[in-house]
Amino acid sequence: MTLLIRKLGALALFILGEMGRMLDFLLYGIYCIVRFPGRPVHILKQIHFIGARSSFVILLTASFTGMVLGLQGYYTLSKFGSEGLLGSAVALSLIRELGPVLSALMVTGRAGSAITAEIGIMRITEQIDALDTMALNPFKYLISPKLLAALVALPLLCAIFDVVGIYGGYVVGVKLLGVNPGAYFHEMEKSVEWKDVYSGIMKSLSFGVIIAWVCCYKGYYCGHGAEGVSRATTSAVVMSSVVILIWDYFLTSVLL
Amino acid sequence: MIKLINLEKSFNGQKVLNKLNLEVPEGQITAIIGPSGEGKSVLLKHVIGLLKPDRGIVMVDDDDITWMGRNELNRVREKFGMLFQNAALFDSMTVFENVAFPLEEKTRLTRNEIRDKVHEALEHVGLKGIDHKYPDELSGGMKKRVGLARALLLDPKIILFDEPTTGLDPIICRAIHQLIWETHQKFGFTALIVSHEIPEIFDISHNVAMLYHGEILEMGTPADIQRSEHPAVRQFITGSLEGPIHMV
Repeated sequence: MTLLIRKLGALALFILGEMGRMLDFLLYGIYCIVRFPGRPVHILKQIHFIGARSSFVILLTASFTGMVLGLQGYYTLSKFGSEGLLGSAVALSLIRELGPVLSALMVTGRAGSAITAEIGIMRITEQIDALDTMALNPFKYLISPKLLAALVALPLLCAIFDVVGIYGGYVVGVKLLGVNPGAYFHEMEKSVEWKDVYSGIMKSLSFGVIIAWVCCYKGYYCGHGAEGVSRATTSAVVMSSVVILIWDYFLTSVLL
Repeated sequence: MIKLINLEKSFNGQKVLNKLNLEVPEGQITAIIGPSGEGKSVLLKHVIGLLKPDRGIVMVDDDDITWMGRNELNRVREKFGMLFQNAALFDSMTVFENVAFPLEEKTRLTRNEIRDKVHEALEHVGLKGIDHKYPDELSGGMKKRVGLARALLLDPKIILFDEPTTGLDPIICRAIHQLIWETHQKFGFTALIVSHEIPEIFDISHNVAMLYHGEILEMGTPADIQRSEHPAVRQFITGSLEGPIHMV
């Protein structure tokens, strides 16, 4: 019994310590964005990597998500004879919820895992130590540009996701199932307010921070060898995804 | 001068450095020898603040760097250059970009001045015409020489070498030792070299220290160490299987 309590205590202390270290990592990363923002070319490269190179996967998932929403929305609304509301149902679901969350999960899988692997390999091959020994702050070159780039890229990707998804719903609802095109866009225009868009932007901004934070952290403190990097990459993707979903719940309850 | 006082470090309960004391004289080459896994690289990482000791003090000149903050530590690190065991070149950059990187980030030199300095440094280590190559296109010896060029570029006062010749053939090994000796003669830096190359390392060192079981067993000139009567030192320098050092 004593052993169990001791082990639980040790686990609790470990988790607390890890959380403290993660928070410290984030705060120092933010401090470095302000203090040493890095060269614009480094930041642009990261925006290209996180944003532009994720656009294909975002286009693909957004169009199919919109199409599924069109199908499911039509099925549900037709039971109440309200097919005309399909546009607003698709748009609100995408703008408030699915756009930010799904785009963040896609970026986590595509760019987040790559960020962890890149920083992890730099750690195990002593490239990060080399920066330190040259009295150059690794955060300036590796962490801050990625944090800043994720902050810029995620809302843009989310906006693309929303627009493409809305057109996906339009193709299924209007072209395949015969919903009136005027009603589709008119109802959307009537029901979508600025606060819905604002809520989506806030979510994608915070998801950008979560992805860059968790993925950079996991790579920066990865274990030894190839196995350490692979474990850090898996853990970064799982942790980012879970934190995104939990944070989404809290943010939704605040922004409703 | 570098001074390590009663340095202790453990990893997962296993003691690696045990009340270690070492003084590295200024302007000389000091070699740390000892069996693999005895903490030689760990010792080197304490000297430049990459690792923090559990107990003890690390002094660099008049600065106690043991618990220095990042900014202060970076000020002290300006004095250092380091050549890592695997050279630690940035693998996404070409040779030219690797060597130019510290100059671009820390000086206000023009692009042409940087180009000239990089070429001069690469020429000094015997590498010409490989500017555009990436580290994975280089042999082990070439990587180490590029690493040395990068370490030398900002004229450091102290250079740490972590097994600079491990895994290289005897000719390249001799060439690297020669290069270290020549650059030391030219620039007069303090060098701390972790090495297994016995007896070659004796030819270029002013002092040799043997690390065993987390402490410095003996330190002296290469001649002193070669004359040592300590059984562990004798066994290590003769490479004998008989003696207190057991293979793990």
